[in-house]
Amino acid sequence: MSRLTEANVKIAHEIIARYPRPKSALIPLLHLAQEQDGWVSDEAMAHLAELVGVTPAEVRGTCTFYEMFKLHPVGTYMVNVCTNIACQLLGGEELLHHAEKTLGIRPGGTTSDGMFTLEDVECIAACTEAPCMQVNYRYGVRLSTDDFDEIIDDLRAGRTPDKLITANPGDQIPSHGTLGLTRQHLDPDKAAGIVPPEQVTENPVWLTTTKGDS
Amino acid sequence: MATGEYVPHAPGYVDSPGTKVVSSRFGYEDSYTLDRYLATGGYEGLKKALANGPEECHGIVREGTLLGRGGAGFPAGIKWGFCPPEVWPRYLVVNGDESEPGTYKDRLLMELDPHQLIEGCLIACYAIGLSQCFLYVRGEMAIAQQRLADALNEAYEAGYVGKNILGTDFSVDIVLHWGAGAYIVGEETALIESLEGNRGMPRLKPPFFPAAVGLYGQPTIVNNVETLANLPWMLEHGAEAYKELGSETSPGTRMFAVSGHVKRPGVYEVEQGVTTYEDLIYGDDYCQGMRDGHELKMFIPGGGSAPWLFPEHVSLPLEARPVGAAGTMLGSGAIVIMDDSTDAVKACLRVVRFFARESCGKCAPCREGTSWEEKILQRILDGNGRPEDLDLLLDVADNISPGPYPVASFEAEGLDAVPFPPRQTTICPLGPSSVAPITSAIRRFRHEFEAKIGTPVEVTA
Amino acid sequence: MTATEPQADEVTDGVPVTIDGVEIMAKKGELLIAAAERHGVYIPRFCYHPRMKPVGMCRMCLVEVDTGRGPGLQPSCMLPVSDGMVVQTESDVAKKAQDGVLEFLLINHPLDCPVCDKGGECPLQDQTVAYGPGESRFVEEKRHFEKPIPISDIVYLDRERCILCDRCTRFAGDVAGDPLIHFQARGNETEVNTFPDEPFSSYFSGNTVQICPVGALTAKPYRFKARPWDLTEIASTATMDSVGSRITVQSSRNEVLRYLGVDSDPVNWGWLSDKERFSFEAWNADARLTGPLVRGDKLGNPTDSGDQLVGASWALALGKAGDALRDVDPEKVIVLGGSRMTTESQYAWAKLAKAVIGTDNVDAQLGDGPAAEVLLSLPRATIDQACAPGGTVLVVGADPKETHGALFLRLRHAAMHDGATILELNPRSSGLSQYAAQSLHALPGELGDVVGALAAGGAAGGCDADAIAAMAEALGAADAVTVVLGSGSLGEDPTVMAQAALRLAEQYPNATFLPALHRANVMGAIDAGLAPGMLPGRRRLAGSTAPDTWGSLPASAGLDAEAMLRKADAGDVEVAILLGCDPLADFPDAALAERAFNKVNHLISVDTHLNLTSTGADIVFPAAASATEVDGTFTNMEGRLSPIARKVTPPGTARPDWMIAAELAAQLADDLGFIDLDELWADFAAASPLHADLSMADIAEGGTEGVLLAGSSISRPPAPNVEMADSSDMRLIVTRKMYDAGTLLTNSPSLVELAAGASASINPAQFASLGFTDGDDVTVRSEVGSITLPVVADAGVPAGAVAIEFNQPNASAASLLDSARTVTTVSLERVS
Repeated sequence: MSRLTEANVKIAHEIIARYPRPKSALIPLLHLAQEQDGWVSDEAMAHLAELVGVTPAEVRGTCTFYEMFKLHPVGTYMVNVCTNIACQLLGGEELLHHAEKTLGIRPGGTTSDGMFTLEDVECIAACTEAPCMQVNYRYGVRLSTDDFDEIIDDLRAGRTPDKLITANPGDQIPSHGTLGLTRQHLDPDKAAGIVPPEQVTENPVWLTTTKGDS
Repeated sequence: MATGEYVPHAPGYVDSPGTKVVSSRFGYEDSYTLDRYLATGGYEGLKKALANGPEECHGIVREGTLLGRGGAGFPAGIKWGFCPPEVWPRYLVVNGDESEPGTYKDRLLMELDPHQLIEGCLIACYAIGLSQCFLYVRGEMAIAQQRLADALNEAYEAGYVGKNILGTDFSVDIVLHWGAGAYIVGEETALIESLEGNRGMPRLKPPFFPAAVGLYGQPTIVNNVETLANLPWMLEHGAEAYKELGSETSPGTRMFAVSGHVKRPGVYEVEQGVTTYEDLIYGDDYCQGMRDGHELKMFIPGGGSAPWLFPEHVSLPLEARPVGAAGTMLGSGAIVIMDDSTDAVKACLRVVRFFARESCGKCAPCREGTSWEEKILQRILDGNGRPEDLDLLLDVADNISPGPYPVASFEAEGLDAVPFPPRQTTICPLGPSSVAPITSAIRRFRHEFEAKIGTPVEVTA
Repeated sequence: MTATEPQADEVTDGVPVTIDGVEIMAKKGELLIAAAERHGVYIPRFCYHPRMKPVGMCRMCLVEVDTGRGPGLQPSCMLPVSDGMVVQTESDVAKKAQDGVLEFLLINHPLDCPVCDKGGECPLQDQTVAYGPGESRFVEEKRHFEKPIPISDIVYLDRERCILCDRCTRFAGDVAGDPLIHFQARGNETEVNTFPDEPFSSYFSGNTVQICPVGALTAKPYRFKARPWDLTEIASTATMDSVGSRITVQSSRNEVLRYLGVDSDPVNWGWLSDKERFSFEAWNADARLTGPLVRGDKLGNPTDSGDQLVGASWALALGKAGDALRDVDPEKVIVLGGSRMTTESQYAWAKLAKAVIGTDNVDAQLGDGPAAEVLLSLPRATIDQACAPGGTVLVVGADPKETHGALFLRLRHAAMHDGATILELNPRSSGLSQYAAQSLHALPGELGDVVGALAAGGAAGGCDADAIAAMAEALGAADAVTVVLGSGSLGEDPTVMAQAALRLAEQYPNATFLPALHRANVMGAIDAGLAPGMLPGRRRLAGSTAPDTWGSLPASAGLDAEAMLRKADAGDVEVAILLGCDPLADFPDAALAERAFNKVNHLISVDTHLNLTSTGADIVFPAAASATEVDGTFTNMEGRLSPIARKVTPPGTARPDWMIAAELAAQLADDLGFIDLDELWADFAAASPLHADLSMADIAEGGTEGVLLAGSSISRPPAPNVEMADSSDMRLIVTRKMYDAGTLLTNSPSLVELAAGASASINPAQFASLGFTDGDDVTVRSEVGSITLPVVADAGVPAGAVAIEFNQPNASAASLLDSARTVTTVSLERVS
């Protein structure tokens, strides 16, 4: 699709400034690109390469290592059904099969309306609440097949599903690519200051000055 | 809140009797806000730390024998001491990349009490002079990321993080960082690679012991979320109070996620060492036993990487050493209970498949071996197994993890346990972890495998 | 080729280690795999490479190691030796682990050895044949990828064969600094690949093919050409630049098919630039000269007034050349070029010119570097000194990435991995700039002023005082400074570089100099006396007596290339001899060269191919290619002698250059005194005190290190004055690229397309103020010529200057250059 927008370039520079070395910002920046476009395009990767000062091949090397980054357009909603051991014991595979039937796609596929992409995923850390899934990384837990259908119906109808858990009551389910709805803001006036390691030669001042008093 | 209840806004967490070191605020609906945190003793541990000075603070952590909660169980106070002297800067990297099958407690700690983690980070940085902290949260944990972002913004605004914290010379930045889906990044050197913007492939130790050569080649402490979450309580109440909890060699409490075929699965904070698997599985305050009409067949005692245990092992205490001697590990505190309805071959394949999918691909035995294991098991499950496949599977496994692999005792057959840990031809333990379900399942349930393969052909001379 | 030479006896401060029951002395800090190998125990490996950081990925080198806590499996490539370490490389446990790893590497490998170029020289195949199981236990479907994909113009990648050892990717990133290939995807799906539409365009890509332990990477020039068992090989030296990289030349059926880099510890560490590696194609080209040519008519009959070159016998061509040279005033003979020849041939031609013909007008440089006496007066450095860990190196007027590829890799390694500080004093940014602690760009003509300001302070040459002071401080703080001295910009008179170099030598008495001149065996030419004013053995002609075997010497010191061309332009040259050079394309003043050759009565060329200049010659002698068709010696930038070896016979009747010199001497009723190389060398050794105690056998026996000849008695001349006319015009910087329109490159099919073309680069501020936009073409005009080419903004070019690449297919900067001026100035005009 595209390079980062001007607004996102500004955010990208803020993110880069938090790290002693620019390349450290790469994964958050890839998320930013995915937030913008819903997936990570070659153009976006090439742009990020410029921003952090590496080659596009290096960006792609990093990007393709991590399964959350999608190199092709995906649905507005990623439906990630866990089938790992704890969920398998309590119906995870059956839930996945139901999802396949309901959505009419196999894992990895996207519905023809571009709404949903289904994935068969590894443990998503809600094992006591099996079977579970995430929709754009918001949990649905102890799901029956009816629960699943309700979630899909809600999303198709533009409603926020009751059965998905959000950080705050009333938070929307953002479209694919957006993770947390808030970003960390590092006010330079309040920050301790981030410098490359080679510029630090002495021990932190408090190790000597705050010894035994405060 | 009454104990033995699910907490409605915190699905998975179950309150239980006893002192809560890290989950004390989980009952509050607004547990994750700064207001609630301050109203319930928040940032008092940090103030005490600042009053005592860095060395004293490190001393308390050493004295309290705070064991790492990520899986290896190494004492944090000693790990901190491995930083080479007079090499600056040093960094703190918080391992919040919780992805071990069956495991989740760090997610709850980040989602439900982010300030407690932030305070823990500050105490660690203060004690040993770490000048920047990176809070690496698993990519899929969007809610935890959002709660931590909010909490950090609040904490910066209120002067708990950043420049001249609480009016002292102590200044540190905590940067929220997040991953993008790769189990291996939970391995500390892979975590550092990932934080440097690279593919999360583990580095070889030596020479890359993070405390000496870590992030950007600098000394780096990598601590698990739960480990750091213990620090505010420990600093506030002191090492002695901490050691009153748990056993002598494993003081304090731990979060255990018990999932699978029990009546009431959940995440429980219990005292280590003095509580047993039996207590958790069958106790009324905990999981309340197996589902009606079913018996325990086997259980994973410490995350997907742990060799399995069986009914005769439930009396083991939740403590690293005895569990290790029994042929497995306490690991990440993830307990997956499987009853008699479970197909051992299928369960084995599912765990092996996880490691095959999550192999980073760096070293040959893991990259090639785990996939091979998966393919053989899938073939057996699909009914295309050959009689020689079990030996082949065990030999492939042996080439990833040579020698007798850790496994539980099998009293009925008179077989002893092989103690933890496994040996490896690989760089990191991921590949060898794939062997755990294979040796465990084949030793116990060879007949189930053979049944799927069909009758072995008798060969006569 | 990759093995470190066994030097066990040199170890004094050792670490005792027991390997397979035998106690050895390892070096402190040495990796176990290397220590074992030095003592004859070869531990199998795929990912380990002695010139790259170990990664421990393939796990093939697992051995059982006991450091007191019981034996355990450890990758020997990652484990430094420690005192008392007990190692089992062939115990049951170690063998089981190694066999297991080998099986893992094979399960997804296609086993297509019969159609694989690597078959027969493949470590994976060798291991499998030696130790592998007879039959595969893997009955599953193998991993599939699209069969070989081109990852650059030269290199193909077969991902099914790849075992993911990280050698190529480590080389690209850590050694070459071109991380354009990278691991992609994860786990069992991992592959090496480029970014889409961004090929692995590295000057050093061929090294990845050589170090690939399987047949995953193949190079176009060698694909499907031969099997290793059909090849025979010989140790030689690369002759495309003055690094003197050591190579193995391989051929089959009298055709050179491949060069491989050889690990010479003091020189190239096994690496080659692609230009060094693949330009052998030019020697196999159809355009090679196979017999003498003389002027003739359309029917091919020799006739002096003919308008074309026609084939002739050696007797006829030699006779005509003899006629031209006989009885001519020696002052009216000029000899240009010779830097491509062996040092022996250079000596023969020096003797022919100076002792037989009697002219000192010989110059192997073409107006593009400081004079021989300047170079020889400077204390010489070695490559190792320039690349010393923690050292300080000042790069002056050189861009090794473009002109001396293997030296660039060494310097880059020094800066990136060994803590060396690179300071750069170049006309514009270079391939080293990103690794340099500081870069100053002196305006054309003012380099010496900047050098002066390093001592005197203040601003100079467009560089501000603070920047100069910072560099002066860095130089002052260094224990030893090594100066890598290049040819500078072709837009400046060579006296500019000479002045800067001599001032540096004056200001930094401890500084040593590594000449990084353009042209390959240029230092050999100087040492052999093929330079104006010089005699063999780094001696001045003036004040010397003739060597015993020479008889006589020219009456006075001769002219350099520029002065020779001026003399010709003045109508004062009868015979010009070109020794493997093309001044019309390559002399930095094309107009002068053209006028000069139009006025020469007899133009004689000795070369391997026809070129722009020799197309107009009267007589052309076909030369054997020094790189692969003659025996002899190469003298590198350090003064290090290494063998050049004849591997194949020259095409047609082409002969070694020295033999042609001897034949010409005979035509002049003289005798050079040698009819074979042994006699030649004896004559040379008698004429050159520097070579007196040395034989060609000694050089061959020097192994990969060759023989370093240090020292020179030439005293330092005073720094020349540089006259600069006041002008507000843009000053021209002309630099060389690795790939250009040179004769050998245009005759190498794999390289010919790689010359990127010239553009006019100017500082972004000036680019904006002149109203240019990206994609504009401009006409660049000097007082002597003009060319039209694209204009680009480039922050690496100082304000007030225009930088253009030399001798590119789209534009010849030589036509702008006016060698009469210290600096050529130009104007720019947009082409509408």
